[in-house]
Amino acid sequence: MTSYIHGEIETPVGPLPRIATKWTHLDRWGALKTRWSVGRMKYRVRPGIYAVGNPDRDSRVFVTGNFKLSFDHLRRNLEGLNCWILVIDTKGINVWCAAGKGSFGTKEVVRRIRIHHLAQLVDQRKLILPQLSAPGVSAHEVRKMTGFTVVYGPVLARDIRAFLDAGLKASDEMRQVNFPLFERLKLIPVDIFYGKQYMLIVPLVFLALSGLNPQGYSFDLALNSGWKPVVNLFSGYLAGCALTPALLPWIPFRRFSIKGVVTGWFVAVPLLLAGTLGISLMEKVSWFLMMGGLSSFMAMNFTGSTTFTSLSGVQKEMKTALPAQIAMASLGLAGWIITRFIFI
Amino acid sequence: MNRFVYLTDVVTLELDVTKCTGCRMCLVVCPHAVFGIENKRAVILNKDLCMECGACAKNCPEGAINVKSGVGCAAGIINGLLRGTEPTCDCGEGSSSCC
Ligand code: SF4
Ligand code: SF4
Repeated sequence: MTSYIHGEIETPVGPLPRIATKWTHLDRWGALKTRWSVGRMKYRVRPGIYAVGNPDRDSRVFVTGNFKLSFDHLRRNLEGLNCWILVIDTKGINVWCAAGKGSFGTKEVVRRIRIHHLAQLVDQRKLILPQLSAPGVSAHEVRKMTGFTVVYGPVLARDIRAFLDAGLKASDEMRQVNFPLFERLKLIPVDIFYGKQYMLIVPLVFLALSGLNPQGYSFDLALNSGWKPVVNLFSGYLAGCALTPALLPWIPFRRFSIKGVVTGWFVAVPLLLAGTLGISLMEKVSWFLMMGGLSSFMAMNFTGSTTFTSLSGVQKEMKTALPAQIAMASLGLAGWIITRFIFI
Repeated sequence: MNRFVYLTDVVTLELDVTKCTGCRMCLVVCPHAVFGIENKRAVILNKDLCMECGACAKNCPEGAINVKSGVGCAAGIINGLLRGTEPTCDCGEGSSSCC
């Protein structure tokens, strides 16, 4: 039995599970793990109807996806209310991404209303959907097909109480998506793990390459100086996927790829002074190219996590940025390898 | 309000005012306050704030809005290029951009 289910409630459509509104330590631990992208694949709720409190035929119906974190945020904000939750199958994906892909869509909402006999469970005919599901759901089509009127709630579950108190009206602020520092910081862990399959192999390759020298190969050299390229690489990587998101509004330029070059070079300067970029000018320039290119690419990737970048905009940016990033990284790499062989 | 603006003059959003009945649905669903109402009809106030999510077009009962919607996500576009499809994001299972 799942920890958030507390018994059952008898209804005209059969017994339905009743759920807790308080989070347990298990829920908090799960939320934390999800944030750090551990075991995200299995964090799902079984689709269906759940009862909160003692709902009846006139109680409100909230609809959400079956990514457990979406469900948890919703139920936590329904404490003390008597209502129903209809969980639809979004394949364990959060509301916004699911709406964008269409799995939180008109068809699935209509299908769930039918297979769970919602029309027999309640007499009222309103469904409250998260506003961020609107890219996938067509309110007027749902009404045409099922008779239920879709009302879009606030963007954040924590505003649900105010939304209900205002008579199912979300204020302008509740409808808008902002992207404050805290939200951006929460996304960084997922971003850092973007390159996890390369995190061991690429540093090892650089470590190994560090042993190359004009006389041939030296393991001592690899072991003694190989940490430097590894430090440079990780700094460039983190500049793009952690520093850029955190400082986003304060870094000049609108294009994420250029912001990434700025932060990449910004972290390269102290490394230059500390000496990890090498000694010769060519070696230093090579590292600026590699770190700038890497940071730029990672920063551009953050467009996937933002709440304001349009497809047309990102496509336009990438057309020039991607070739530039590839050029920077390969020129830098080539330059650095050459400096292994010429005496410095 | 402190708003992020991405690239300007690239968004594909279009509104056909002649079809609009002023039902305000587009104002309700837009997460970036792109629309307003003037003379009982919708108007585009801040086109450059649009992120092409498609919510307005999907929910306009009159079909007055057109936008080429999709994921504004570099990784998704690269995925699309590699597979020869439209951009699709693999943000997939539980990425945390919203609740
Ligand atoms: S949703 Fe369509 S009909 Fe309604 S106000 Fe907007 S444009 Fe006009
Ligand atoms: S596509 Fe999305 S962001 Fe753009 S105007 Fe429509 S609802 Fe607003």
